[in-house]
Amino acid sequence: MLRLEKRPNPSRFWIYGTPFLAVALTMIAGGIMFALLGKDPVAAIKLIFLDPLFNGDVASYSRPQILVKAAPLVLISIGLSLGFRAGVWNIGAEGQYVMGAIFGAATGLAFYPTESRLVFPLMVLAGAFGGFIWAMIPAILKTRFRTSEILVSLLLVYVAKQILASAALSFLKNPEGAGFPGSRNLAQIPAMANGELIAGTGLHWGGVAAFLAVGAAYVLLQRHILGFQIKLAGQAPRAARFAGVNPDRLVVLCMGLSGALAGLAGLFEVTGPAGQITIDFGVGYGFTAIIVAFLGRLNPLGILFAGLLMALTYIGGELAQFMLGLPAAAIQAFQGMLLFFLLAVDLLSNYRVRLIGWGAR
Amino acid sequence: MDFTSLNFVVLIAALMVASVPIMLAAIGELVVERAGVLNLGVEGMMIIGAVCGFIAAVETGSPFLGFLGGAVGGAVLSLIFAVLTQTLLANQVATGLALTLFGLGLSSLLGQNYVGMKPPVTGKVPFGPLADLPVVGPILFGHDWVVYFSILIIAIVWWALKATRLGLILRAVGENHDAAHSLGYNVRRIRLGAIMFGGAMAGMGGAYVSLVRVPQWTDGITAGAGWIALAIVVFASWRPWRVMLGSYLFGGITVLQLNMQAAGSAIPVQYLSMAPYLITILVLVIMSSGKGRAALNAPASLGQNFHATR
Amino acid sequence: MTRQTLLALEGISKSYPGVKANENVGFTIGAGEVHALLGENGAGKSTLVKMIYGLVRPDEGQMTLGGAPFAPAAPREARARGVAMVFQHFSLFDALNVAENVALGMDNPPPQRELAAKIRDVSEGYGLPLDPARLVGDLSAGERQRVEIIRCLLQDPKLLIMDEPTSVLTPQEVNILFDTLRKLASEGTSILYISHKLEEIRTLCDGATILRRGKVVGSCNPREKTARELAELMVGTTLTPPERAKIETGEVALEIKGLSVRSLNPFGTSLKDISLSVRKGEVLGIGGVAGNGQDELLLALSGELRSAPAAITVLGQPVGQLGPNDRRRVGLLTGPEERLGHAAAPDMSLLENAFLTGAVRRRLVRNGFIDWLETKIFAEDIIKTFDVRTPGVLTAARALSGGNLQKFVIGREIMQEPAVIIVNQPTWGVDAAAAAFIRQALLDRAAAGAAVVVISQDIDEILEVADRFAALNEGRLSAPVPTKGLTVDRIGLMLGGAHGMHSAEGHDHATA
Repeated sequence: MLRLEKRPNPSRFWIYGTPFLAVALTMIAGGIMFALLGKDPVAAIKLIFLDPLFNGDVASYSRPQILVKAAPLVLISIGLSLGFRAGVWNIGAEGQYVMGAIFGAATGLAFYPTESRLVFPLMVLAGAFGGFIWAMIPAILKTRFRTSEILVSLLLVYVAKQILASAALSFLKNPEGAGFPGSRNLAQIPAMANGELIAGTGLHWGGVAAFLAVGAAYVLLQRHILGFQIKLAGQAPRAARFAGVNPDRLVVLCMGLSGALAGLAGLFEVTGPAGQITIDFGVGYGFTAIIVAFLGRLNPLGILFAGLLMALTYIGGELAQFMLGLPAAAIQAFQGMLLFFLLAVDLLSNYRVRLIGWGAR
Repeated sequence: MDFTSLNFVVLIAALMVASVPIMLAAIGELVVERAGVLNLGVEGMMIIGAVCGFIAAVETGSPFLGFLGGAVGGAVLSLIFAVLTQTLLANQVATGLALTLFGLGLSSLLGQNYVGMKPPVTGKVPFGPLADLPVVGPILFGHDWVVYFSILIIAIVWWALKATRLGLILRAVGENHDAAHSLGYNVRRIRLGAIMFGGAMAGMGGAYVSLVRVPQWTDGITAGAGWIALAIVVFASWRPWRVMLGSYLFGGITVLQLNMQAAGSAIPVQYLSMAPYLITILVLVIMSSGKGRAALNAPASLGQNFHATR
Repeated sequence: MTRQTLLALEGISKSYPGVKANENVGFTIGAGEVHALLGENGAGKSTLVKMIYGLVRPDEGQMTLGGAPFAPAAPREARARGVAMVFQHFSLFDALNVAENVALGMDNPPPQRELAAKIRDVSEGYGLPLDPARLVGDLSAGERQRVEIIRCLLQDPKLLIMDEPTSVLTPQEVNILFDTLRKLASEGTSILYISHKLEEIRTLCDGATILRRGKVVGSCNPREKTARELAELMVGTTLTPPERAKIETGEVALEIKGLSVRSLNPFGTSLKDISLSVRKGEVLGIGGVAGNGQDELLLALSGELRSAPAAITVLGQPVGQLGPNDRRRVGLLTGPEERLGHAAAPDMSLLENAFLTGAVRRRLVRNGFIDWLETKIFAEDIIKTFDVRTPGVLTAARALSGGNLQKFVIGREIMQEPAVIIVNQPTWGVDAAAAAFIRQALLDRAAAGAAVVVISQDIDEILEVADRFAALNEGRLSAPVPTKGLTVDRIGLMLGGAHGMHSAEGHDHATA
């Protein structure tokens, strides 16, 4: 039987050790899952975690892809992590991501075919605004009516996806698209394109924004009073009020910030890697970012590494799909499993686990 | 907009069917929350139930075994949640989300070979001539057994919470787990039972989607029904009969919106499809504000983990 | 008088990591005896009774009950053998009614209607009337305790364990409780009475076992000892009561006029038309039975609950509309009752906890950025001045013992040199040495010219430190009276409020 004893001080070792343990456990469990699907588990794990980086045949393509995929994950995740720390559960980042893309694309296309250097910055602002507005709905309902931000932000994802479909089919539809759904290809319009900044790295403006967000969040949490208030409100809400923290202000701030960052991620995606507004533009970055946030232990630097790792599993998953015929959904289940293991081993940092005989207390 | 084309008897009969999945999932979650546990993984358990139920029904040819398979699938998935939150003291919100993300991935993995298949038909309960009665016939006697089962479950939960010792203990655990522990009740075991009941109900609700409502398997088939079930528990102020009311209300909106789509309404399809989600949000706002604030009825220990010290 | 032995403990030991909660403890209780278990906070009393009630298992040692071996693995087994327990922190459920609460404490409760009738019978038979249909959340602390007692009595216990039962009662209610207990004892029920209140034990108990740091350090007939002798057995050292220099009080520093605030908690007590004034150098004690608005009063003063600007003035400046930090700027500091979670964040370090309230007056923030170096100096200052035993400033607050953490949080406020300081239950659950230290620090602050308000449920504490005394009852505050020459009876009447002597006779405590 297991017995848990609360540690007086959290264990430093396990705070840093748990993500690694969780990844290792996920590899084992994932290997078992792949074996059950009739695939060679070792080959599959190697394909997912190593080949995108080191296999000469594919690395030239897949290495830059890691930054491309990690950028939106990290950007969204940084915003979410601030909220999660404060006990503000924005789980509708997927919707804010979609709305950011729609707002940004609509702004850009309104200026089409103007060729001005100002169009792209304007689109960036509009993208952030779109995510921000979409996140403000649950924030204001929470502060005004005490409505659960968890449920509202999540339900708004489904609404955002309907708006996306409507955008692709009607109001943003490419008038020269021969009737096919989808907007003009923004990546091919110079004034709106978010291209690779340094050739061969996969770094686009979204990656720059992600790095900036990591740095800013790090300083905020370590040194700024707002970061202190965020941590305090999440750990001890009553003590936070005693310290003069206004919980409603914090809800608006965390939701707004995470919404704006998700919106930015959507904008950079639609102007770059995705290129256009389509019905299936939302591919779940907003949800995967939740896993990234926890895997990074809600710590900005941790999130950066977690985002890169998660991007690796995406690329590796595609490879495995292509080379081994592993189903696409397997990688999604694999990522979910990672979150389970992470939550499971998380208790090691706050509790000592002792094995004792049955029946004793 | 031509409302006269909508036959109200047909509409009511249809909404009773449409509301079954969320009613089952919501009544299960109600029991879980009354025990003081917030499981946000309803969507994940529903979709696992949907795929397990579908597979079981197709493989055995028996819709009944399908529903059983759905319930088992949901319960097994909820067991992961139970172990993580009750034994390993993981955060309930995060674990619930993980359950949903994992469930969505696993279900599409399990169901990939079943896309496009037809499940065996779940027949209507043979009420004989009763079913041919005007008005009452289609509404009361024209359904499959799961419709009646879902109402029965509501009644059983209501009775159990109100009048049985088990129900009293469950409420006590949800209200104040420290006090319940000091009286000698096994908080963890009671919560474990509640979580698995919730999982089984959500799984069965999911199976109803893939076996009756749609009926076939596609990825993401539950389309947020689990989240709506969570909202309905709040709407119901944690009371069983109000879960039924809330589910019928929601079922009504869904059926109405589908009928309007079919009738070729001037409103674009996408905006009609949004309606159930928007109305759910509206209902949540109404229930969480104002005088009869639903939050006041929430179990006092909801969402808090229990760890017996000393 | 010789009695038949009911419960005997022999060589009981129980360890937790880093602590020996009980070590080789033994004593006996006779049938019909009222036996006191006496000890300071942390002496191991609670662990010991939890072993008797089956909530915790001893590592070593034996117990016998009625001559037969007794080793309950669960409370159910203890109850089956006739052991019942009234908890210090009630094991009650606010949202359930009295009958349901009683049923939860019984193993085979009769149907609700029968049970309700029984509750009425038994409760009236023992002078503790109760309405079985009322929600427990709406009951007063005294009535809640009755629910617990009735729950035990319905099972015809042979041994009734009472853990600090009088901390929530007025002196008059205590008398009623003691009458009930004596009646029970005369009917043959043994009572194990846990307390650190010496006078009570001397009036009620036939025998006493004294625990210090988990060990039995003596047993006696408490009626033959003085309170001082008992106290020294319990604490192990001679105690010096806090000193106070006679000082002249100055101008009014804190003034409250007609303060009415709604409680945030649906089962809480709202404040009704509270008025008081405290001068510089003066200590005002506010007494009251738990749940009569103490928490709300502290929140209204700390700024967590707002009121009309003029309802509260500090040094002539209206502060009712201000938040906590603006009030700190003016010089009004507070220390809430709950150390972990309210006064301090459990998982944060002492460094961060020093910043928690010290940011404003200590100027620890520059342009929104935290000066951790300055904060560290402040935290180390508190630790040194207030003798906080901790490995360092990076230790989590929850790792400190109750006494040490309380010294830290009170020290944090006092070191900011407040003009007005209000503390709620400053020595609750704190060992005697730390309690004496804290009281002295509060008196010193008053001597330095601050207005001090001590909200406490411990009458002895108030009599020790306060110049004037006021009672809080159902959210109303009585007019303050000088503590000099105040009798316990008079205090009891004040605590009982308008209901006075009737408070224990089950009148409706309807609140407006």
